[in-house]
Amino acid sequence: MADLKITGLHKRYGPVHAVRGVDLEIPAGEFTVLVGPSGCGKSTLLRTIAGLEEANAGTIEIGGKVVNYVRPRDRDIAMVFQNYALYPYMNVYENIAFGLRARKTAAAEIDQRVRRAADMLAISGLLDRLPRQLSGGQRQRVAIGRAIVRNARLFLFDEPLSNLDAQLRDEMRSEIKRLHQEIGTTMIYVTHDQIEAMTLADRIVLLKDGQIEQQGSPLDLFERPATRFVAGFLGSPKMNFVPATIVESAGAIGLQLNDGKGLALPASSRQRYAAAVGRPVVLGVRPEHMARAREGAEANGHARLATTVELIQPTGSRTYITFPLGGMAVMAEVEPHDVHKPGDPISIDLDLNRAVLIDPDTNRVI
Amino acid sequence: MTPQRPLLRRPGPVLALRYAAALALTLFFIFPVYWLFIISFKTPAEIFHFPPVWYPESIQFANYRVLFKDGDAETVWNSLVLAGVSTVIAMILGTMAAYSLVRFKTGGENLAVWIISQRMMPPIAIVFPIFLLYVYFGWVDSYHGLIILYTAFSLPYVTWMMRGYIEDIPIELEESALVDGCTRWQVLWRVVFPMARTGLFATAVFTFVFAWNDFLFALVLTRTEVITYTVQVTHYFGGQSNFWAKIAAMSVLGTVPVFFTVATLQRYLVRGISMGAVKG
Repeated sequence: MADLKITGLHKRYGPVHAVRGVDLEIPAGEFTVLVGPSGCGKSTLLRTIAGLEEANAGTIEIGGKVVNYVRPRDRDIAMVFQNYALYPYMNVYENIAFGLRARKTAAAEIDQRVRRAADMLAISGLLDRLPRQLSGGQRQRVAIGRAIVRNARLFLFDEPLSNLDAQLRDEMRSEIKRLHQEIGTTMIYVTHDQIEAMTLADRIVLLKDGQIEQQGSPLDLFERPATRFVAGFLGSPKMNFVPATIVESAGAIGLQLNDGKGLALPASSRQRYAAAVGRPVVLGVRPEHMARAREGAEANGHARLATTVELIQPTGSRTYITFPLGGMAVMAEVEPHDVHKPGDPISIDLDLNRAVLIDPDTNRVI
Repeated sequence: MTPQRPLLRRPGPVLALRYAAALALTLFFIFPVYWLFIISFKTPAEIFHFPPVWYPESIQFANYRVLFKDGDAETVWNSLVLAGVSTVIAMILGTMAAYSLVRFKTGGENLAVWIISQRMMPPIAIVFPIFLLYVYFGWVDSYHGLIILYTAFSLPYVTWMMRGYIEDIPIELEESALVDGCTRWQVLWRVVFPMARTGLFATAVFTFVFAWNDFLFALVLTRTEVITYTVQVTHYFGGQSNFWAKIAAMSVLGTVPVFFTVATLQRYLVRGISMGAVKG
């Protein structure tokens, strides 16, 4: 049975239609990440699930019970906020115990649960401190502690790591993932960070303009995006998009780029694109699917391009180079010592087996 | 460039001059209070002596004893009850109204401005219609009559001030409490009140002082039962002579509660006012 079932959900703020007919089912124990750009409605959707916003239409079921008109406190949910939402006048112990006290839990049980949660999050030594005496990471742990101590059916996270620096964010991401594996509660996590979404999620729900653009496992969305938006949103650096036309020549199907270059499509994809010959398309290829050509002929399904490096961005483990293709500046990921300086000639092998072709009219992957 | 020392730590005649100026100003403001205080302990002969007696030969409590014996000191108690009760009621109602304005947007954007505009009304403009109304209701010279009036007059101020303090409370704190198991009332009690504590105290002090200092309403709406100390003091100004000893003693009695209230809550008062100032 789904722990959470949303049917035809709409939420409007005056003229702004923030959530437009969302249907979503989340099975028990799953870690679902709602991801999308700012203003896509992901936080609104989460707040509506929590009961902090009222839905204009549609139903929300938690554990098989419609909760549209149930108060937040009675929805059996726990929520972690972006700004921690710790009470500055209470110490860590009281902050974690707050929800249990509000529900008049017995003192002995409160103590036991608070200490167990504190152990789990390695904050047992901080129980007497006030929030202002904690670092950002410690505050976030306390906020998570306040949620897990409740043993709620559903955990909601609203961009909980946004206020942390990059290193701490990486640490806390692992902590949250470990925590989910330990307690196994259904979690819904909102973020605009696609790395967070990819690393944490059992399932990603990608939202755009208040609607679900695509949902599935992280690798599913990464490797088989349904639209140009999904293809461009997931992956860092993002996918390159190059306008092209599907052409046929001597029984083979390929792409004609705006700069006159031709790229032969893999034999396996000929049947798929046969009906589209003559149509303009957008070639989508990820930087990691382009590499410096090695000796010998290109592998099956790869196209070799001779080009000139325009820009070099080393990261240490990998180097990103920018070069012109089809009138666009595209980025490829190469080995750190593959390139030396801008202006150097280079041969690039482009893996067309993993590229996508997008219909420019519908922005859907063909 | 050498950093400049703070003004009061610079050595030399400039520093001495500054201290002298500070001392003169302090004396200028402290002297009337001292004079009032010292008169209350003088004998009638010392009060009217010329040149003035700067400090009495012996401290006389007779002036205070008379006030207590005649029952005049009860007027301070009346002021305390009226100001205290009306402050508590105004704080509770005003904070709830402010919460409603901030979180539920009650009355839209302009209701808060309309509410504070009520405070701008000069009391003299309404005191006589209210008197007639109170005569009709039989509320003249009653505790509840003045408490209702003081509460009504303080409410706009409390609402306006608390609105600013509540706006500063991050809404996530309240939302987190709602999800964690609180009702709206519990949120108000367990989150909003503690978070706005500084503002609550600062606003309460000003509300209390307003009611404490009121003269006009008390003069018009009281007769014999709930006379406040401000009205009582005027009884000592006679056509033939003024009872300076009683005036001074009653004034001291009227100053002491406010002095202790402000002294006790000084910490909150300063922070509360500066928070309000930052808010604009």
